[in-house]
Amino acid sequence: MTAITSPQINIPFGSVHRAKLQRSIKNLKETWGLFIDDKIGLLGLSIIILYAMLALIHPILMKTVWDPRVYDPFLGNDPLVLSNPSPPSWRHLLGTDPMGRDVLSQLMSSTRNEFVLGLLAAIITVVLATSIGAIAAYYEGWPDMLLMRLADLINILPFFALLVVLSAFLKMNLWVLAIIIGILTGFGGTTIIFKAQALTIKVKPYIESAKVAGGSDWHVVFHHIVPNLMPLAFLNMMFTVTGAIFSEAALSFFGLLNVRMSWGIMIYTTQVSGYMLRGIDYWYLILPAGISITLLCTAFYLIGRAFDSVANPRLRQR
Amino acid sequence: MWKYISRRTIQVIITLLIYLAVTYFVLDAQPGDITLQYENPRFTETQRQALQIRLGLDRPVTERFITWVGNMLRGELGDSFSESKPVIDIIKERAPRTIFLFLTAALTTFGVGYYLGKLLAWQRGSRTEYAVTVFGAVMYSIFTPWFALLMVLIFSFHFKWFPLGKFLDPVVWRGLPKEMNANLIFNRLMLTALLVAISLLAISILIRRFNPNHARHIFPGVVFVVAVFALLAWVVYPYAYLAGDILHHLVLPVLTLTLVNFSGTMLLTRTTMLETLREDYIMAARAKGLSERVVRDKHAARNAMLPVLSSFIIGLPFILAGGIITETVFSWPGMGLTLLQAATSSDIPLIMGTWLFIGILSLTAHLVADVAYVFIDPRIRYT
Repeated sequence: MTAITSPQINIPFGSVHRAKLQRSIKNLKETWGLFIDDKIGLLGLSIIILYAMLALIHPILMKTVWDPRVYDPFLGNDPLVLSNPSPPSWRHLLGTDPMGRDVLSQLMSSTRNEFVLGLLAAIITVVLATSIGAIAAYYEGWPDMLLMRLADLINILPFFALLVVLSAFLKMNLWVLAIIIGILTGFGGTTIIFKAQALTIKVKPYIESAKVAGGSDWHVVFHHIVPNLMPLAFLNMMFTVTGAIFSEAALSFFGLLNVRMSWGIMIYTTQVSGYMLRGIDYWYLILPAGISITLLCTAFYLIGRAFDSVANPRLRQR
Repeated sequence: MWKYISRRTIQVIITLLIYLAVTYFVLDAQPGDITLQYENPRFTETQRQALQIRLGLDRPVTERFITWVGNMLRGELGDSFSESKPVIDIIKERAPRTIFLFLTAALTTFGVGYYLGKLLAWQRGSRTEYAVTVFGAVMYSIFTPWFALLMVLIFSFHFKWFPLGKFLDPVVWRGLPKEMNANLIFNRLMLTALLVAISLLAISILIRRFNPNHARHIFPGVVFVVAVFALLAWVVYPYAYLAGDILHHLVLPVLTLTLVNFSGTMLLTRTTMLETLREDYIMAARAKGLSERVVRDKHAARNAMLPVLSSFIIGLPFILAGGIITETVFSWPGMGLTLLQAATSSDIPLIMGTWLFIGILSLTAHLVADVAYVFIDPRIRYT
């Protein structure tokens, strides 16, 4: 009996990788071309870049131009400003809040927190949802039933109400909140979408050939199904970021979160000190934080939407 | 059909039990219990244990949960810590306000979103489409509490068109007979809406038997007649001005909720409509000479409605969550505001009660949606 050996074809190791790299660069170029076709997506991208710059510039400004005693977002106070809140001036471009802290500095330092929170929550969600969706679709049977019923259960929970109840018992900071949001969305609605997509991938011929070639279940799930879920994963990351930033801001607004400074807390401060309904004269307290939350959420949503038409050819303009 | 509904109901009840069990055990897993609130040095360990036994806290958590469920079925939810009233009384008092706000907002949201989405898909590529899409995306992700406060600032504070908050004006309600309260008015308003809806549904089913061309002319007239009847009933009613007061307070919260939530429905309707418009039967409908309006409303939009409706139902808890935010900003004293207050004061019985209410409301919404599918999509037949 002769041993069956796989035919040895001599391909130089590097060339396969080079070909793969070339193909993915070509794919990336095509995707980018489709993406910039949609002006809406570009708008979102430029807003995000703008805010990322703000977040990056803040520590540099604090080290060089801004005196930390005056401009610290949480403890700063300007001895030259006699009555707070003070309207915008050259010294404080967006004025100071009722406790004498610089509004622009608060706005910029919070931006970094929002990015960290949003991206962390989104990554946890996507990692959970892709693996659970792929496993449920691939194995069927009881793992599928268990995971999907769990997803249904989480889906009917009013998400925000749950966060409100949880914050009553846990002292939540940004990290804990990001993890909770990530787990809840990862096990909940997002999983259902991923499983549906994974089911359509599972019946593709290349899955069959991977199995015939002797790939283990693990290999098939994580090297063939999961990579094909990536476009959908990217899309859902954007929507999760929107949800996470929104939840953080709303919880801070109710004073339920253990965070030193965030956009939600800026609005909370404005409201509890009574400047929210004093008329439009206090616009520098009312508008910046609210507009920032809205703009950043919109930007992530718009990118997600533009990417949706890249990933889903049926939506493209005829 | 009835078999399907009863099976779904049993499923919903089981889901509700699991939902409550999870919440109960999670709350129980938090360190400490109520007896630790007595931070008195003279309160000895023996006394604490005695109190624990008296409150039943020495029993295993499963046994306590079963007792709690038994009590819940008998309508006893314990006393609220912070308001020293039975929880069930608080719920009975405040639930109608939330249900009323929630139902009105959900209906207007779906109506506006569906209508705009339909028009958007029809006007694909026009400048209006871009403008409305960007506006929709901004409203979709606008920061709700801040937006609600802006609405108050503009419409109540600046223009003084609407009241600043609360759900009624105490001055109007002074000196009424004892049996007149707000919940009575809420119930009557909801009854009116229900009767109008049922009669419209019955009439539309009857009209379907007629020639569609005639039905199109008859239907607006019928709607008008039913509306006039409903209005007449209220005009005759001596306390109609009280309902007017409530509705006046309702406008701004509903407007806010609609503006914040409509775009999700709108954008999804647009997407599904775009997919539907590529189907062959749309071309067939055009080819047989139907007017554009009929193609849009009867052939494309009706078919695009099902995924939109299902996603809308999944989104209902989010409208409820938006309700918490709006209720807080407008100080509308409903269940959302109660949940927030209970959560900030760690009032566990009240949290469980409110949580039960929210669970029942969102599960009922799911059930109603499943049953409504049958009426919307004739292809679905449940046995």
